[in-house]
Order: sequence, then structure tokens, then C-alpha cells
Amino acid sequence: MTFWILAPIMVAAALGILFVRKAVHAALLLAVVMISIAFLYAVMDAPFLFAVQIIVYTGAILMLFLFVMMLIGVDASDSKVETIRGQRVMATVVGLVFGLVLVLGISQVTFGTVVGLDEANTGGNVPAIANILFSKYVFAFEATSALLITAVLGAMVLAHRERLTPKATQASLAAQRLRDYAEHGKHPGPLPSPGVYARHNAVDTPALLPDGTAAESSVSRVLAARGTVRSAPALADDIVDVRRQIGDPSTMPETSGKSGAPANTEEDEK
Amino acid sequence: MTEYVVLSAILFTIGCVGVLTRRNALVVFMCVELMLNACNLAFVAFARQHGNLDGQIAAFFVMVVAAAEVVIGLAIIMTIFRTRRSASVDDASLLKY
Amino acid sequence: MNLLTHSVLLSSLPTAEGAHAPVIAPETGAGGVFDLLWLVIALPLLGAVLLLAVAPMAQGPFKAKVEQSGHLVGAGAAVASFVLSLVLFVALLGRGAEERQVGQHLFTWFETGSINVGMDLLYDQLAALFLLLITGVGSLIHIYAIGYMEHDPRRRRFFGYLNLFVAAMLMLVLSANFVGLFLGWEGVGLASYLLIGFWQHKHSAAAAAKKAFVINRVGDIGLSLAIALMFATFGTTDFAAVSEATSHADQDTLTALGLLLLLGACGKSAQVPLQSWLLDAMEGPTPVSALIHAATMVTAGVYLVVRSNFIFEVAPIAQTAVVIVATVTLLWGAILGCAKDDIKKALAGSTMSQIGYMMLAAGLGPVGYPFAIFHLLTHGFFKANMFLGAGSVMHGMNDDVDMRHYGALNKMMPITFLTFAMGYLAIIGFPGFSGFWSKDKIIESALADNLVIGVLALLGAGITGFYMTRLMLMTFFTEKRWDADVHPHESPKVMTVPLIALAALSVLGGFLLAGNWIVGWLEPVTGHAEHHEPPLPAIVITMLIVGVVAIGVATAWFLVGKRDIPREAPRDVSFATRAARADLYGDAINDVVVVRPGASLVGGLTTFDRVGVDGAVEGSSLVVGGLSTTMRRLQNGFVRSYALSLLAGALLVVLALLAVNLA
Repeated sequence: MTFWILAPIMVAAALGILFVRKAVHAALLLAVVMISIAFLYAVMDAPFLFAVQIIVYTGAILMLFLFVMMLIGVDASDSKVETIRGQRVMATVVGLVFGLVLVLGISQVTFGTVVGLDEANTGGNVPAIANILFSKYVFAFEATSALLITAVLGAMVLAHRERLTPKATQASLAAQRLRDYAEHGKHPGPLPSPGVYARHNAVDTPALLPDGTAAESSVSRVLAARGTVRSAPALADDIVDVRRQIGDPSTMPETSGKSGAPANTEEDEK
Repeated sequence: MTEYVVLSAILFTIGCVGVLTRRNALVVFMCVELMLNACNLAFVAFARQHGNLDGQIAAFFVMVVAAAEVVIGLAIIMTIFRTRRSASVDDASLLKY
Repeated sequence: MNLLTHSVLLSSLPTAEGAHAPVIAPETGAGGVFDLLWLVIALPLLGAVLLLAVAPMAQGPFKAKVEQSGHLVGAGAAVASFVLSLVLFVALLGRGAEERQVGQHLFTWFETGSINVGMDLLYDQLAALFLLLITGVGSLIHIYAIGYMEHDPRRRRFFGYLNLFVAAMLMLVLSANFVGLFLGWEGVGLASYLLIGFWQHKHSAAAAAKKAFVINRVGDIGLSLAIALMFATFGTTDFAAVSEATSHADQDTLTALGLLLLLGACGKSAQVPLQSWLLDAMEGPTPVSALIHAATMVTAGVYLVVRSNFIFEVAPIAQTAVVIVATVTLLWGAILGCAKDDIKKALAGSTMSQIGYMMLAAGLGPVGYPFAIFHLLTHGFFKANMFLGAGSVMHGMNDDVDMRHYGALNKMMPITFLTFAMGYLAIIGFPGFSGFWSKDKIIESALADNLVIGVLALLGAGITGFYMTRLMLMTFFTEKRWDADVHPHESPKVMTVPLIALAALSVLGGFLLAGNWIVGWLEPVTGHAEHHEPPLPAIVITMLIVGVVAIGVATAWFLVGKRDIPREAPRDVSFATRAARADLYGDAINDVVVVRPGASLVGGLTTFDRVGVDGAVEGSSLVVGGLSTTMRRLQNGFVRSYALSLLAGALLVVLALLAVNLA
């Protein structure tokens, strides 16, 4: 029963991996498949593997996938255009034939009656596995330890980046800042913080300079690149709008600087 | 019994096609994991069929090896991404005729 | 003509059963002076080694000294060898007629399987005469060359080559087996190549040397095949063993052996059809020409035929072939001699003709062998004399060889003229001179053997009289035709003394026949001859020969001596003259028969190699390359493509498994 519920879910999720564009979605669908498999393990009298599947695969490996995904860009998605000519068609055809042949071939086989693991699992599945793992498979087990250590070392070597320049200290950074100021006239202090207004307290709105112009450097470059920076005068329009709604047709502010102050007072009054 | 093996075969085939059609190295890797899991499923199913735990042990070892493989594979993907700013398997195609 | 003579000859030849050549049975360990036999070869060989291998190692002030004294070493070695030969000859004279075959075993040359070839020497009556000729005339030529080559910067090397030449020839005549003979034979070929091409800076000299070498190789094939056949048939090549075995050997084998030996002899002795190298060989320095024509090289063929008498005596077909070749050659050479304006080439034509006489005599069997050798000796004297005389003339004429530029030189170089005249009288067979005796005997024997051959030989004698008189007249008589800047002068003593010595020998060489001495001397080697009664009394034949020669001389007198000789050879001449000037189209025949078919064969093979073999090889490589160019596209660098191939392979494996399990 469990199988017939889980199997369609698994196949659907697996097929989803083929078609979703975002890698994150693929990872989540894979998690579905893996957890389902874990349940199937439980059904098939393999509680130890059930636990390992959940903890190692879903818990560790998939999390590792997600970590890497975050590192290299979470929204990196495949384009739909196939670059290798004929690859997708051929892959589909060969894959279909392959699957068909496998399924047909397997369905021709009669497996006989299922022996079941009741006898093998007497005294618990985990002790039984431990018995066989530390006797019959002890050398393979030891070999895996070597493999894991090697993998750890390999990952470290691959991820390691040689430092080519000495580590910057606070003193050298300060010196560099002043040197930049002397040579290029770059401002040595921190960048101005974005605008903070009575009604708007937003990083996407530039601060206003004393002459009333917007300070471009106060907004993050990323926001500027996205084009989501709001301007202070637009904010002023909002104020005028509000004022009109509350029935105060007083003087229209000419500059954003002058309008900012009354707006604040308006806010305060509320 | 047959149904488990058939499911395993279907999952394996889907994994294969995924490896062949997806270009994001991470997704390709996930498809490889899918194939490994399909095999594990068959192992466990056969363990029950034959009434001994060798199949489960095999699946266990596959998991261990897969863990090691993932660690190294992801590290390689990271390294490639660091130098090429791309996670597409098609971009690493300089070794050719 | 050939067919006619062939059939006529066959009927008149003695049957093989009736002929018996004497067996050679040398006595080894004769002791005394005969133990020094090897020195005869070793002395000139040592000279060659010293001059060619040791002398170039000289350094510093030594170098100039070595270069200045090289010729003395060369000439000294030759003279020492001559003195030793003379001593040996005297010692041989002192022995009884039956003990005059002396052998000397030096060492085992090589031994493989049942074949054992020793470095054995055989000194008998024949070898003794050759030794005297080679070393004697060779020494005179060496001495002459001291003067002739005085201004040549490579004189040391020249003398080294001369010594090598003499050593090789001595090896040839002294060896007691055919392998050793072949060693000398090849040595002679090598030395002649080096000497003909001595002035290698001249393209014609280099080409002539190459031509002589290549044509000699053709003959050498014959000799080497003959040796191989001897090994196969008799298991040995020792003269002694072979001469004993031939009397009961297979007739066909003997005929083949004789023909192969004849081919070898044709190559070395410039007999038709391998004659064409001889005239070109005149490109070498004149002493070389003298050495080749008088003492060494061309006489080797005659020696080979005479030495192999034990084979030819029992192979009548081969003997007939010798006679035919010889007759054609003697006329061929004589005709060439009539048309050549180059004094050396005219003399070379006469050499060909005279060697033809010797071969003719050698082909006549035991009755002719002694006369072949006799004529060889007298010819060695007068031809060396005339060649050196021609060299002397050239020396005085700024190395001009064209007789049309000579004339009236008898006053300018009296010694050369007088000595040359002695040679001239000898070669035309003026009664009393050496050539008279030797040629007379050959023609007489030929007439006794076969009328056609005899008449042709007689005709050759007449032509000899014509062309030698023409040469004599154009060179020493008639009006002077030389250029204004040429000042003919007599040569130095070092050149004229050998000329005088050779002239004396030319005159007196006939004494060898006194009391039929040479016939008796050679009889143990060549066999006893049944006396054939000539068709006419001997005295009548002699008169006839003298008459024919006189006609030839008179013709030359009227055609050459009484007319003006143009400085340039006239172009509107008869076909016969043109043919003779072109060496009777010998080169053209070679071209048509051998060179062009060979060239086309080589061309065809080259084309086949290029188109067929190379085409197949390069074509297959092109196909593979083309396929690879297409196939390598499969390696497109995309991992996913490779994975697809992998999956397809897995599919195939699954299908195969299913097919096996379900079938």
C-alpha cells in the first residue's frame, strides 16, 4: 500500500527534476524522492538504512548541495535552448528505449517468493547489520574509512586558495584610505547612509545633501543597478498628495529640502 | 517484488536522461545521486527477496561512497565556478579535437 | 656473318673427347727464392698503402716532404717488384721443365662449410711471363709518369693508385684459384676507376670512370657467376683441382662456365659487346692509358681465357664464342681506329683490335694460346711505347690530343718520333719487328683453323696498316698545323728513357719466338698442339700478310699523306666514317638495348612506386585521415555527449544480455 502511494510521487518528483528550471527546485524535488525512498526502506525491513538515508542523504548531502547552490548563485537557471545539436532528442530516445528495455526485461523475470528479513533481523536490524559489517565486510569497511579521509583531504585541497598578498591589517587599510584621498581625492570616511525620513525609513531612497540634491553614493550599488532607487522629490509628491487629502491646500513646496521639514511636522502631529 | 525493481529501473532511467539533458553541474550531480538511490532501492529490495542483509550492507557502502563523491564533486564544481564563473558542464569543453 | 662462321667453325672444331688440357699440379714449398713470391704483390701493395693511407697522416713540415717524395716510393716499389720478378724468372729457368709450377700457400682466406678458399699463389710459366710484363712495363710507366705528372698537385695520390693497380694485377695473375683471381680482378676494376677519373674535376673524366666501372661490373657478373658455378659443380676453384675435374664434368655445365668466363673476359678486355668503355677511358692521364692498354687491365681477359684453357678445351661451343667475339672485336676496333682524330682514341681503337687478335688466338685452342700470350707481350711493349709516345707528344703540344692540330713533329721531338716509329713498325707488322712475328703466327693459325676467320684477321691486319700509317702521318709528317702559341719540344729524360727502352723491346720482342721458345715454354700450361697444316705454305702466308699491310699503308699514304688535312674534321663524310666516329654506334646500341629499356623500366617502377605503392599507402592514410577528421568531431569536449555514448553502450549491453537470456 505504502509503495503504491509513494511510487507515483517518486516518479513524478524525479521527472520534475528533469523539467524544473531552477536548481533549488530540483534539490527540493530530489529531497522528496530521497525521503520517499527512506520510507520504502522502512517498509522493506531496513530501519537502519531508513535512518541513514534520512540523516546522511537528505540531511547532509542535500544540505551540502544547497550550500554550494547558495555559493554559486541560487537563481542560476538553465536556459531552455539545447546547445549540443541532437543531444536532447537522442538522450530522450535512447533513455526511453533503455527504460523500456529494462522494464520489459525485468517484468519477464519471475523472482519467486519473497523470503523476508524476519529471520535475519532477529535481535534487531542494527545489531544484525553490525554483526555482518564488522565480520564479513570488515575490510571493505576499513577501506571506506581511508576513502572518507581521502575525500576530506581532497575537498580541503580543492577548496583551498593560496594567499598571494599579506593579510590586510587595520593600520594598513587606514593608510591606504588616506593615500587614496591624497592621490585621487577619494573621500576617506564612510559612505553616507541612505535617507531617513519621517514617514520613510528606507535603504532605497538616497539621502539629501544640504543643497537639496540627492546623494547617489548613499544607496547600495546593487539597488542602483536594479533600478529600484526611489527619489526624494517623488516622496515629496506623496506628501503633497497626503496634505491635499487632509484638506490643507497650503503652499506647495518648491524644493524637497523645504518640503521635508513640514512633512516631518505633519507626521509628528499625527 | 517486481514493482520495486521496476521502480528502481524507472528512477535510474530518469536519472540517466537527467544527466544527459541538464546543463547545470549541480543538477547533473543530483541526477547522479538519483541513479545511485535507484540502485540502493534495488539492493534493499533484493536483500528482502533473498532474506539476508548483504544487500543492505551494499546499499550502506554505496551511501558512504556517494557521500565522499559528493564532497569531492562539489569541491570541483566550486573550483570550476571560481575560475570560470559558470556552473554549466558545457562550458568546460576545451579538451576536444 | 656470325651465323656463317659459327656453323663453319663447329664443323671444324675438335671434339671434346679428343681435347685434353694439361692438369695444373703446382709443387708447394719449393723454397729458396720462391718463398719470396708473395713479396712481388706485397711491394706495390705496400707502396699503395704508404702513399694512400699513411702519407696523408703526415703533419707540419713532413707534409711537403712526403708530397715531394711520394713518386719515388711508388716507382721504387714497382722497380723492386720487377727486380724480384726477374730473379724469380731466372730461378724458374734454372729448374727442369717439369718442375716449373711453383705454389705458395700463404694462409686460409676463408672457410665456410665445405668451401675452403686459401690465399694461394701459383707461379708457373704463364704467370712468370705476365709478372715480367706487368712489373717491367709497369716500372717504365711509373718512371715515365714521374716526368709526366710533375706539375700535378696530386702526384703522390696518382702513384698510390698506380701501385694499387699493379698490385691488383699481380694478384690476378699470381692467384692459384679463381677467388683470388677475382680479388685481383676487382682490384684492377677499382684502380682503373680511380685512375680514369683521376682528373675528377673534368666532368667527362668522372663520367668515363663511372662508365668503365659499370660496364666492367657487367663482365664481373659473368666471372662471379662462373665462380659460383665452379663452387656448385666442383666444390673448389683451385686451378689444380678444377683442371683435374673438367675432363669428366657435365658438358652443359662446362659450356655455361666457358660462356660466363668469356663474359668476364669481354668486360675487362673491352671485347664486343662490352667494348664501349675503352675509348672513353682515354680521359685518364696518359700513363694510365698506357698501363691499362699494355700491362694490365685489358690483358686480364686474355689471361683469364688462357688460364682457363682446361675449361675451354672441353667446351667447344664456348671456344667458338670466343673466336666470334674476338673476330668482331678486332675488326670493330680497327674500323674505329681509322676515323678517330684524337690520337689516344685512335690508339685505343688499335688496342681493341689487337686484343681481338689475342682473343682470337686464345679461342683457337692449344695451337693459339702461346701466340696469344706472345702477341700480348709484344703488344704490351709497342703499345706502351706508343701510348707513352703519344703522351710525350701531348706534353709538347699543351695537352692537345687532336691529330688535326699536329703535323711535322718529327723534327721537333726526334726521340719521341723515333721511338714511336719503332712502335708503329711493330704494330703494323713490318718484317723483323716484334709485331710481325706475333701477328703473323696468329693469322697463320687462324687460316689453318678456319678460312673465313683467317681472311677476316688478314683484313684486320690491312686496316691496322692503314690507320696506324694515318696516325703516324698526321702526327709526325705532313705540314705543321699547330697553333701559334704552341711550342712543341722534346720531353725530359725521365720520359724519353722509358720510351727508348720500350722502343728497343718493340723491335726485339720477336726474339721470344726464336726457335719456338715461347711455344715450348708455355706448353706445360697450355697443352701440346697438333700441328695443322695451313692451306698455303707458311712463307706464302707471310708474304700475303706483308702485302695486305703494304696495301693498307699505301692507301693511307694516298688518302692522308698526299692530301691537305683540314684543321677541323670535315662534316660531309661518308656514312662509314660517321659510324666509325660514333664508335660504330656502340653507345647508341647500348642506349637502345640496355640503357633506354632500363630507364623505362626504372621509370615504370618509379611511377608504379609513386602511383601504385605510394598511392595505396598514402591513399589509405588519406582515407584514414579523412575518416579521422570526420570521426574526431565526436570528441567535441561535451561531457554530456560522451555520457550519451556511454548510455547507448549500456543499452547495447542490456540488449545483448536479454538476447542471450531470452533466446
